[in-house]
Amino acid sequence: MLDTATLRPDFPILTRREHGHRLVYLDNAATTQKPRQVLDAIIHYYSTHNANVHRGAYGLAVEATEAYETARQTVARFLNAWAPEGVVFTRGTTESINLVAASWGRTHVKAGDTVVVTAMDHHSNIVPWQILCQEKGATLRMVEITADGRVDLSDYGRALEAKPKIVAFPYVSNSLGTVNPAAQLAKLAHAAGAVVVVDGAQSTPHLRVDVQALDCDFYALSGHKMLAPMGSGALVAKPALLEAMPPYHGGGEMIERVWDDHSTWNKIPHKFEGGTPNVEAAVGLAAAIAYLEELGMDRVAAHEQALARVTIERLTRIEGVTVYGPREHRAGVVPFTYGDIHPHDLATILDRDGVCIRAGHHCTQPLMRRLGVPATARASFYIYNDVDDIDALVTALRKAGELFGVPA
Amino acid sequence: MNDLSDLYQQVILDHNRNPRNFRAVPGANRSAEGYNPLCGDRISLQVRVDDDVVADVGFQGSGCAISKAAASLMTGAVQGKTTAEAETLFRAFREMLAGGPVAPGKLAAFSGVRAFPARVKCANLSWHTLSAALANRAEPVTTESPSD
Repeated sequence: MLDTATLRPDFPILTRREHGHRLVYLDNAATTQKPRQVLDAIIHYYSTHNANVHRGAYGLAVEATEAYETARQTVARFLNAWAPEGVVFTRGTTESINLVAASWGRTHVKAGDTVVVTAMDHHSNIVPWQILCQEKGATLRMVEITADGRVDLSDYGRALEAKPKIVAFPYVSNSLGTVNPAAQLAKLAHAAGAVVVVDGAQSTPHLRVDVQALDCDFYALSGHKMLAPMGSGALVAKPALLEAMPPYHGGGEMIERVWDDHSTWNKIPHKFEGGTPNVEAAVGLAAAIAYLEELGMDRVAAHEQALARVTIERLTRIEGVTVYGPREHRAGVVPFTYGDIHPHDLATILDRDGVCIRAGHHCTQPLMRRLGVPATARASFYIYNDVDDIDALVTALRKAGELFGVPA
Repeated sequence: MNDLSDLYQQVILDHNRNPRNFRAVPGANRSAEGYNPLCGDRISLQVRVDDDVVADVGFQGSGCAISKAAASLMTGAVQGKTTAEAETLFRAFREMLAGGPVAPGKLAAFSGVRAFPARVKCANLSWHTLSAALANRAEPVTTESPSD
């Protein structure tokens, strides 16, 4: 386990009180809190280096550009990207996936083609493909999940028989916590001739990720789920694919030359970064990566998995609690229901004890339909959580049970 | 003050557990669907209006305790009222949730919702849906419409 007593003082927000209680933040799959080191990096950037990047002929602008491009190299190294120019900074996973759908997708997907996603995908890895398929007259095929919340490999195999152009799946499910066998899924999809898009929103913060070992084609991530600011994120891709793709947003920065009636494009990754980029977000993301690397991603993963294991043990001892998702191969995400108490009521009651959990469909409505529940409650962990937080969760849940008379 | 017990008053817990008029309405001549896209709460409301009076009203669907109890208590409150009286009750209910005076009768049980801004939409959903049904609006009601 990580030494949370040493880590917690790095996170200023954890000192605040919530309804007279210590803040027990268990909604890390939604977003994480930010350590002083990340906040300081942003303030330091604006206090000492701020200028617009890639254009100024003065020293300050060179420094800002250096800060931005160094951040790109940091992301590339962290994920073992194919090359730094294969890292496109975006606003997050959603924008990264939309970029692939709009650029690679619009170029290659034709009427009658198939795009494959899974029933455990987040809306951000479903809706961009629905829009693309509707525009092109293509078919979106959703792969089923098993009863314990894993990708159904035989249905996956059947979906691949259609020779899809694109196969997209989450490395880790935000709703179930399932860690998918991403390298195996990518290999099968490649054998069927597809391009592989991995939603890395929930894996990048929590596991050691090597995109070359995964051998996907596109990998999307959000910085705010890994200690970095909101609006930070990246698309990591094979450079040859990016080279061949048309731009996403037109504007400054992404052009080489602009004529009255046409333009030529800048080199990758700048071709995909139209407009002044969010340098603060990139700098913050690099600082977050430095913080996580200091801890070690293997230790981060082990810490969260241990917390999830304890939570599942403790929750399943409460009569009336159902925990969803697989027993093994799961990250620090624990979805559950408690008798017939609606998860929204649970979240309200827990909040009065300072315990923040998520309640609802978690942007995975197709999955909820398959689970047969309108909503679940979800506790999700990060590096600053510890067993005391689980105690607080369990204590607050028992209060909710008492109030609602559950189990009846 | 224990504001959790203000929110989850016994009458609300009771109507959550045993919702009244949780059924289809025979001979219904008005209906509407209500949906809260944020939490997935869903209500299907049927009304029989005879001579501008709410002769019968029932609801079905799923939702949290607040939305279910609000729908249940609403059906009791508007039964036998004219459509104008039902709208007046809705206005009183909304004003209460917005910090105004406490609404009449059992609807007062929802005064505790004021302290929980995130839950106001749960309490309002069935009333918005009733208003749509009485006005014969075909579009499903969502809580993300501009009003509240």
